[in-house]
Amino acid sequence: MSERVAVRKTYKLFIGGKFPRSESGRSYLVQDANVSLASRKDARDAVVAARAAVKGWAGATAYNRGQILYRVAEMLEGRREQFVALGVPADEVDAATDRWVWYAGWSDKLPQVYGGANPVAGPYFNLSAPEPTGVVAVVAPEQPALLGLVSVIAPAIVTGNTVVVAASPSAPLAAVTLAEVLATSDLPGGVVNILTGKITETAPALAAHMDVNAIDLTGVTEAELAADLEVKAAQNLKRVLRPAPADHDWTADPGITRMTTLLETKTVWHPKGV
Amino acid sequence: MFEYAPAPESRSVVDLKPSYGLFIDGRFVDPTDGGSFKSINPASEEVLAEIAEGGGQDVERAVRAARTAYDKVWGPMPGRDRAKYLFRIARIIQERSRELAVLESLDNGKPIKESRDVDLPLVAAHFFYYAGWADKLEHAGFGPDPKPLGVAAQVIPWNFPLLMLAWKIAPALAAGNTVVLKPAETTPLTALLFAEICQQADLPAGVVNIVTGAGDTGRALVEHPGVDKVAFTGSTEVGRAIARAVAGTRKKLTLELGGKAANIVFDDAPVDQAVEGIVNGIFFNQGHVCCAGSRLLVQESVADRVLESLKRRMARLRVGDPLDKNTDIGAINSAAQLARIRELSDAGSAEGAERWSPACELPERGFWFAPTIFTGVTQAHRIAREEIFGPVLSVLTFRTPAEAVEKANNTPYGLSAGIWTDKGSRILWTADRLRAGVVWANTFNKFDPTSPFGGYKESGYGREGGRHGLEGYLNV
Repeated sequence: MSERVAVRKTYKLFIGGKFPRSESGRSYLVQDANVSLASRKDARDAVVAARAAVKGWAGATAYNRGQILYRVAEMLEGRREQFVALGVPADEVDAATDRWVWYAGWSDKLPQVYGGANPVAGPYFNLSAPEPTGVVAVVAPEQPALLGLVSVIAPAIVTGNTVVVAASPSAPLAAVTLAEVLATSDLPGGVVNILTGKITETAPALAAHMDVNAIDLTGVTEAELAADLEVKAAQNLKRVLRPAPADHDWTADPGITRMTTLLETKTVWHPKGV
Repeated sequence: MFEYAPAPESRSVVDLKPSYGLFIDGRFVDPTDGGSFKSINPASEEVLAEIAEGGGQDVERAVRAARTAYDKVWGPMPGRDRAKYLFRIARIIQERSRELAVLESLDNGKPIKESRDVDLPLVAAHFFYYAGWADKLEHAGFGPDPKPLGVAAQVIPWNFPLLMLAWKIAPALAAGNTVVLKPAETTPLTALLFAEICQQADLPAGVVNIVTGAGDTGRALVEHPGVDKVAFTGSTEVGRAIARAVAGTRKKLTLELGGKAANIVFDDAPVDQAVEGIVNGIFFNQGHVCCAGSRLLVQESVADRVLESLKRRMARLRVGDPLDKNTDIGAINSAAQLARIRELSDAGSAEGAERWSPACELPERGFWFAPTIFTGVTQAHRIAREEIFGPVLSVLTFRTPAEAVEKANNTPYGLSAGIWTDKGSRILWTADRLRAGVVWANTFNKFDPTSPFGGYKESGYGREGGRHGLEGYLNV
């Protein structure tokens, strides 16, 4: 009796909640698979999808966003073995799952921790509250492929931003598989968009894009490229998260700066009177 | 219109020297290359003083002094002692407030009633507020042990010279940094008087350094490899250049840039209050305000009534001598700024908007521009898109709240906005949808040291004021 022939998976991009191939029709061989090689046009398409998703996602209640992030953790927990089979260490999958849970809880707490009433010297109601900045472009760290990726996506979206992520070029399978997790977690299409391929191809297009509000350079390892991307980002004053140091400990408490850098503080004044 | 007898504030309280050096390491010193420029009174074009122009070597000296002070004195100093120096400075500003207010009006051209009643009280309050943070940083919400960054390079504009200095220096020092500040070339005098106040407060040498000069001096300062932090308030164009200059460095950057704020008047707004708010929004400080309400969005059904009332009110604005206590609108800060306002206003007429100003006698000498409104403005007009930074209001209309929000957000800027309506739920609905860092509802141009200020989009990033204002000066 012959052995069953396995059904292989096609690894594609994740844009607007769908899994398209690169519009360029290109792929590259990595981790024993043909993975889509995203083009600049794919990057722009992803920005369009991310922008379209901003209104609904930023307008969702914090409770709702928190539940969806928690749902991501539930789905990830269920696919633990699948990530292990891709070569992701089991404790990394667990840490990534726990990170979704941690961030899920922030959705309805950060506005209280990071905003509040201001005691102005006059008869005015004065309140500051954080709001999402909009569309965030992210260069995910090369490694750890799953924990690093989750650690840059979750803090951006928990507050209502949408993201276009350039995944680790050398370990993209975890990213595409995470996209399958996201697609089954009630996360609206377009909130997270994932591009696989070359950072040098997609990141400059995202950094220069005038409809992107912020850029996270965490995964950029080459100083010259990081500086070039930051220069491009200056054209429309994108908020910038600079590259993480090479020895960054991804298992440590992330703190809140990653979230707050991608937020705007809005302060509303109103007179008091009768 | 009532005739008022002139009521000029006395200049005698100000003791101007003929020339000023750079304030480096606690002393006034001559610039290394000996360059200088003149600061003039924009209301009379009279030369007020000769000011040293800092060059690359002067910036080098100043950054080195700031670094030494950070390493040896200010960094190691307990927060409670830093606090006391800042409280001292706040008190001296209060004590010398009249002198500072008169000097500000002389150098800047703003009405004395504004420098006296708005700028100076806010300056003192800002130092007093941040003084109290210096020994409480571990409670500010940035972790148990937030650290200062080091040396801060700060470049400020000419529209609120001393207030912008306070917004920069107070949080920087409270967080434990030392600073090198470059005031604007047309308004350096109150910063130099502030240097004297630092001496009077016995602030350790090198903690505050003031390097006067123009664009080249500012560029040398922000590009200096020895600074850890860059803070800039000014135009979006220069802000972009600074963002490029610090790209790839470790320097932390905060930018407070231009604006083109919408001031939205709904049909149920009390007209008289709204008109006062519109006037305050665009004519306060001659419209030299980054958060000025320079686009009036008025609901179509009440547009005629609001405009009629606005014109009546504008006809009573008193334009003239900044030192006269009755003056509402003072001098335009410089010939260059006046040229910019004229150019954009001419573009408004050329593009088909209708221009109106009240009959208004302007002094012969100095730089003046009558309060002006444009009606029939479309969103494509330059006067609806570009920051004029002068007493010029562009009026647009809308029919529905959704259209008002759409038009208000149709700008690359996002610094501030105004809402005028009697309906609370409409205020909150609108405020939620405006992409702007400060939203004034049924008021405008209010500021407070406890209240974070700063923009969305191309109006910059980071916040000044409040607990948020510390973040730009801490390693968080």
